[in-house]
Amino acid sequence: MKIRAQVAMVLNLDKCIGCHTCSITCKNVWTSRDGVEYAWFNNVETKPGIGYPKEWENQEKWKGGWQRNSAGKLEPRQGGKLRILANIFGNPNLPEIDDYYEPFTYDYEHLQNAPLMQTPPTARPVSVITGQKMDKIEWGPNWEDDLGGEFSKRSKDQLFKDVEKEMYSTFENTFMMYLPRLCEHCLNPACVASCPSGSIYKREDDGIVLVDQDKCRGWRMCISGCPYKKIYYNWESGKAEKCTFCYPRIEGGQPTVCSESCVGRIRYLGVLLYDADQIETAASVANEEDLYNAQLKVFLDPNLPSVIEEARKQGIPESWLESARKSPVYKMAVEWKIAFPLHPEYRTLPMVWYIPPLSPIQAAAERGVLGRNGILPDVSEMRIPVKYLANLLTAGDEKPVLAALDKMLAMRAYMRGVSVDKTENLEVLKQVGLTQAQVEEMYQIMAIANYEDRFVIPSSHKEMVEDSFNDKASCGFTFGNGCSGGVSSGTLFGKKKEGSIIFVDMPKSRKNPRKNAAETE
Amino acid sequence: MSYLDQFLFGIYPYIALAIFLFGSLVRFEREQYTWKADSTQLLHRGALVTGSRLFHFGVIGVFLGHLGGLLTPLSVWHALGVAPEAKQILAIAAGGILGGIGLLGLLILLHRRLSNERLAAVTPLRDKVLLSWLLVTLGLGLATIPVSMGHMDGQMMMRFMEWAQRIVTFRGDAASFVAGAPLVFKLHIFFGLTFFIIFPFTRMVHTWSGFGSVGYITRAWQLVRPR
Repeated sequence: MKIRAQVAMVLNLDKCIGCHTCSITCKNVWTSRDGVEYAWFNNVETKPGIGYPKEWENQEKWKGGWQRNSAGKLEPRQGGKLRILANIFGNPNLPEIDDYYEPFTYDYEHLQNAPLMQTPPTARPVSVITGQKMDKIEWGPNWEDDLGGEFSKRSKDQLFKDVEKEMYSTFENTFMMYLPRLCEHCLNPACVASCPSGSIYKREDDGIVLVDQDKCRGWRMCISGCPYKKIYYNWESGKAEKCTFCYPRIEGGQPTVCSESCVGRIRYLGVLLYDADQIETAASVANEEDLYNAQLKVFLDPNLPSVIEEARKQGIPESWLESARKSPVYKMAVEWKIAFPLHPEYRTLPMVWYIPPLSPIQAAAERGVLGRNGILPDVSEMRIPVKYLANLLTAGDEKPVLAALDKMLAMRAYMRGVSVDKTENLEVLKQVGLTQAQVEEMYQIMAIANYEDRFVIPSSHKEMVEDSFNDKASCGFTFGNGCSGGVSSGTLFGKKKEGSIIFVDMPKSRKNPRKNAAETE
Repeated sequence: MSYLDQFLFGIYPYIALAIFLFGSLVRFEREQYTWKADSTQLLHRGALVTGSRLFHFGVIGVFLGHLGGLLTPLSVWHALGVAPEAKQILAIAAGGILGGIGLLGLLILLHRRLSNERLAAVTPLRDKVLLSWLLVTLGLGLATIPVSMGHMDGQMMMRFMEWAQRIVTFRGDAASFVAGAPLVFKLHIFFGLTFFIIFPFTRMVHTWSGFGSVGYITRAWQLVRPR
């Protein structure tokens, strides 16, 4: 048994309001730079929809994730190592920028500088790639927001598999939900496996998957390897970039910025202990519907004395073991089984999990009477088809999703009884197999969602491995050699060290607006 | 033998190779962040996959052909029983076919790069210099074929082999073996040598990594870094 720890995330979709605050804070911190204007390490999609990039869930098209070959072994869907190497000259499975969107800004300056005109001046869109005015913006990072666009286009959504989707095309029957997405920091990452340079790696201590910017050669196989399309090609630097799980914050015991800023308090961060020796077995089970349970078996019970003893022996710090015992992620994913991995059928064993959303019980509104499953309303009559959620979270197996939704309804029913009727409705708990203590903890963590309950992050003991005196007055997070921006402007290999300041270049699109505008007039 | 011949074919190769090796080393050591293939596939695919595969297949073939053809000692060819005449036919055929494929790929790539608005906007001068230099070198290389066809005894090829082998083994008087060659050969050699000088300052450095990535085949799928 090889015990490793990971800081994992759970997102409670039942509470997501689709405000995009996570995406914006992430963008401001990580991708407000040249070459990644189009990249959103975190984005929020409205489902049903084809998403960003277009149809990312269609693995027939993009060939992301893993597949199990006839011998029962896993290999990336885009091909084995020889095929991947052969494709470095031209990757047939790489999305084009238009599959994301052409990054644009607006000619705001024109609003102030325009000469006297008959009509009010407008700020026309300007392509960040060419610097030219764009006639029309055809697509954006959130084009389908709140069901924007026609149903015929949106319904290419892969989650409609085995769902009679035409029924949902009418206004009366339509449904929607939000899906915030970031890198899954998988246990079995397909991006790492696809990288011919070996530049992508998983950190042993906290499980964060990172791209070594110095070692990346821009072969771009990771972009097609990742089934979630969460690795982006920086077209300015020629390197792959991805969500860093805000590792500098995690190391200091702080939540990622997307979690910190979430106004709906839907995000949870906590430690999961897992047995690294079980990863391959779990990812290779034959039946896709078994992958969810197989991944659950990889996780270790942090309260088990034998696990604690073995983890100590393998050098997991005591603060991490304590955090693992208090981990909201462990409770939601393993104890209560209300959170699920995103697309387990990709066989990547993702570590960002989702609580499925409840939705109005559709038939009930029409009949005026709630369908009953025992004493709970029948969740299979919900407006969002359960099959749709199961296609997202459990490779199509509806049972675990139904059980989770029932538990959430039971929690509501019980707490309503406690606070409104002043009665303890134990029968409803018995029906879903929860104890009183569990449901009260669920309520505390999921509904009240206090900061310290949502984020239980041990700081990484960097002092044990690094001499932090050397980091004194350093440049912070920059690319390239020391304090340079990573781009050798004017000189052969680099520029003179800038000194100990954190120096970030302004994006080109904003650096010289007057010149850009003049060129495009 | 003129001073120019002595310089270009006796001394210049050392300057070029020194800049090539030392420049690559310094860049790898000092500026790894700039060490990349610099693909533009994301911005516009066009005929990239076809063009790039043809180009790389041809050019890598031509490069390995030059390496093996010029630097394999004569005694080895003797032992293999390959006469100079036969080797010249082999060289012309292989070089012609691979060079032709490379040229076709390069033309496809150049057309893609110059005809697309986005690519035109992001292509730096050094890429334009690099691609034109490759085109000229490749063109000159193919232009030597008709000249070679005029004398099929393989003797001139033997002189080039002797020149290259003397250069890499640091024996003097290498230039004299090339001095009498027709102009098109000399130009091809000059452009080829200069390409080594351009190499470390452009994205050509990805070639090193391309050969290096062969190690991927034996690597484990997953990489986990300890602290």
